[in-house]
Amino acid sequence: MCDQTFVAITFGPCDSCSENRPLMNLYIKTEPINYCSLCMEIMACQDLAGGETLNSLKAETESLRKRLEEERKKLHDVELEKVAEKAEALSALNLKTRRTLKGHANKVLCMDWCKDKRRMVSSSQVPAHPVFNSSQEHAVSMPTTWVMACAYAPSGCAIACGGLDNKCSVYPLSLDQNENLAAKKKSVALHTNYLSGCTFTNSDMQILTCSGDGTSALWDVESGQLLQSFHGHSADVLTLDLAPSETGNTFVSGGSDKKANIWDLRSGQNIQSFDTHESDVNCVKYYPSGDAFASASDDATCRLFDLRADREVSIYSKDSIIFGATSVDFSLSGRLLFAGYNDYTINVWDVLKGTRVAVLFGHENRVSSLKFSPDGTAFCSASWDNTLRIWA
Amino acid sequence: MSTNNNIAQARKLVEQLRIEAGIERIKVSKAAADLMSYCEQHARNDPLLVGMPTSENPFKDKKPCVIL
Repeated sequence: MCDQTFVAITFGPCDSCSENRPLMNLYIKTEPINYCSLCMEIMACQDLAGGETLNSLKAETESLRKRLEEERKKLHDVELEKVAEKAEALSALNLKTRRTLKGHANKVLCMDWCKDKRRMVSSSQVPAHPVFNSSQEHAVSMPTTWVMACAYAPSGCAIACGGLDNKCSVYPLSLDQNENLAAKKKSVALHTNYLSGCTFTNSDMQILTCSGDGTSALWDVESGQLLQSFHGHSADVLTLDLAPSETGNTFVSGGSDKKANIWDLRSGQNIQSFDTHESDVNCVKYYPSGDAFASASDDATCRLFDLRADREVSIYSKDSIIFGATSVDFSLSGRLLFAGYNDYTINVWDVLKGTRVAVLFGHENRVSSLKFSPDGTAFCSASWDNTLRIWA
Repeated sequence: MSTNNNIAQARKLVEQLRIEAGIERIKVSKAAADLMSYCEQHARNDPLLVGMPTSENPFKDKKPCVIL
């Protein structure tokens, strides 16, 4: 990623103009180039188009940013809360922990549901991570600690996970409990920093990953080939979510650069960018219709961004909530937003009215991950207290 | 060469901002109305809003029934 350049002064014939002059010895991508200072200046300016200078580019950046702000402001004719006054009030929720899963010996970092609505995979800080089921439990050993991301394949026949090993590996699952799953592991993705998130696309054949190296990438599972990479975040990418299949080929990612970006899967292009958060964006989740997404951040707020209005439309916060939010998910209709926080609680928000509907207590340490089951009957929360809880 | 990198970066940023500034946007009132109508349409399918009878919810413990 970095071109290392070493500049030293010697005297001799210039590679470009062949005159004897003091030379600047440069290495561009390991190739030595010995130019005199005049030719060096000429080479530096080659990239500039007519009339362009660094300053003019900077000025254009500023004016484009201003224009973006103005365009967004023009369309901001009403607040979501105002429109939502017409919506029906919610009845009280009766949510309790129905199951506590204690198979982990360490912090649970991530979890995912299987499409069969009953099985889950979860990953933790130490090498083994169980696959839970009401009747079975597999444990897969991984030669790495801090498995920070895990995902169930749509078919339910495989799981993908990764973390500090910078890789995302796929493990086929089998019903035979004695089978050594680690032996069948297939390394699919390779990043240059930790893997923070992974998800299968609509089939078992492709995986989308995001990493602390600032990029996201789409991989073919069978060949391990990189199909597309997504550059644009200026710091670690911490989370990603795929758009619901009806709305097309996009995904949203959030990072330590406080931004959430929307990407086109095919072209690799960054389509939209939202930067109103005041700290790391820890989790992003699409609204069920695909027209909006919610984000959870270390700035103790969750926010709703509408993609067609291209702006933040709601912010879910309270003065009494000062700890960062780590994870969010929507209920099936999109009316409720569940968010897990570093103060061990889960807050439930009315998405439309912006008010808090409930607080769920139970975990004894940070809530690291939160996901609804595919049919919306229950959700599971994973925590640093080594347990997972199913709430319904 | 740091100046080359800066220029390339600045140009990329300008390109990116041009794309972002050029996309089509709708008013917040329309977007909000659409979000609300989606919620209303799907509210009856949402087990958490509508409430699910305990017998159907696989996670809620069923109390054993005795037929007298």
